[in-house]
Amino acid sequence: MDWEAFKLSLLLAACTAGLLMPLGLILARWLAFHTFPGRGVIEALVMAPLVLPPTVLGFYLLTAMGGNSSLGKLWIAIFGHPLAFSFEGLVVASLIFNLPFAVQPMQRAFEALPPDVREAAWVCGLSPWRTFWRIEAPLAWPGLLSALALTFTHTMGEFGVVLMVGGSIPGETRTLALAIYDRVQAFDMQGAQLMSATLLVFSIGAILIANGLTARVGRRHG
Amino acid sequence: MAEPGLSVSLRQSGPIPLDVAFTCAPGEVLGLVGPSGAGKTTVLRAIAGLYRTRTGHVRVDGTDWFDSETEVFQPPHRRRVGLVFQEHALFPHLSAIANVAVALNDHPRAERRSRAMALLSRVHLDGLESRKPAELSGGQRQRVAIARALARDPQVLLLDEPFSAVDRRTRVHLQAEIVALRKDLAIPMLLVTHDVDEVARLADRLCIMDQGRVCLIGRPDEVLAQPAIRALLLGDEAA
Repeated sequence: MDWEAFKLSLLLAACTAGLLMPLGLILARWLAFHTFPGRGVIEALVMAPLVLPPTVLGFYLLTAMGGNSSLGKLWIAIFGHPLAFSFEGLVVASLIFNLPFAVQPMQRAFEALPPDVREAAWVCGLSPWRTFWRIEAPLAWPGLLSALALTFTHTMGEFGVVLMVGGSIPGETRTLALAIYDRVQAFDMQGAQLMSATLLVFSIGAILIANGLTARVGRRHG
Repeated sequence: MAEPGLSVSLRQSGPIPLDVAFTCAPGEVLGLVGPSGAGKTTVLRAIAGLYRTRTGHVRVDGTDWFDSETEVFQPPHRRRVGLVFQEHALFPHLSAIANVAVALNDHPRAERRSRAMALLSRVHLDGLESRKPAELSGGQRQRVAIARALARDPQVLLLDEPFSAVDRRTRVHLQAEIVALRKDLAIPMLLVTHDVDEVARLADRLCIMDQGRVCLIGRPDEVLAQPAIRALLLGDEAA
């Protein structure tokens, strides 16, 4: 068992979920409640990582983060090391390839709120901010929880984009999914099996917990 | 001296055509009546700040909530308005008392529960305060909605088809509640309904609307005596 890769995967998943949940929530809410020209294009861009082959997405991300790109040059100027093939680069890539997993469930949850319930909150004297905290978020909670579970577990298991953007540098960019691949390449099937089973149990466990909490919220709402 | 009561003037050619102007005095019940698509609910939404027309004004007790000329537009949460929605629009995750307490945000926290209890008691919901909306009947939900609308200590009370989602027996009880309320409240009340007999009993004046325009305003007996108006309204009821 490559515990270093497991810890790195956990850290990457935590960073991605921690950063993407608030950003995704703002985007999801905006898409759910506003109609504007170009909304379809934005929705298509958000969904693109679902349908693009991971190697294609990884290639574009690698190009965008490379030392010759504007972002890459800026990153080197500020931090003194390249963004590609670094943990920070993995986090940036992870934020992008997880966009649909975070935004979609939250957007659907906000869209499912009856419009007159939000309006009733405003008429009751709640500002839009308080309406969000007291009415929208508790009602959309199952969607927010699903987004968190999907983002976390998907990051834990992502392979193609991580390999393209991060390589497989031990302690820096080698996640559990890459470690499994390395073990298979080295014909260490027992090691690969142990890590695969760990990832499987972890992912199913996270989804079961999210589903359980969602069902509890549903029962509470009657 | 500011003129008390509600003064409304709303005009636009689209997307929802409107040409509406009326006043409603404190303690008066004005019935907004008309066929489906006449713009009745849109007028209530505009008064509550949930819809903004291109031109016009909504003035309450001399204060502009909306004036297109001076570009004043108070958002809904800054208007002291009670709105009873057609489908109740209660917060499904909150108990009856919490639904009412939401509208008591301006009051000190310690007072909210007792005030919410008093309002629920006023609409005869004692003992049901901890129930969620899903655990209440249609009539009970509507009573919670009325208590919540009153919790804002409103300057205007708007009732959008308040009896449409309840059975006939509950309807009679709720109508009695409205009659009792108007005796206690010295505020303008607007009642939107399809039911001509119901509004004739409850309202002091009727405002007949059709295709976004006001056709006639007057006392129920005067208005309903006009054959064209009866044909317009009863044609809608028959449909």
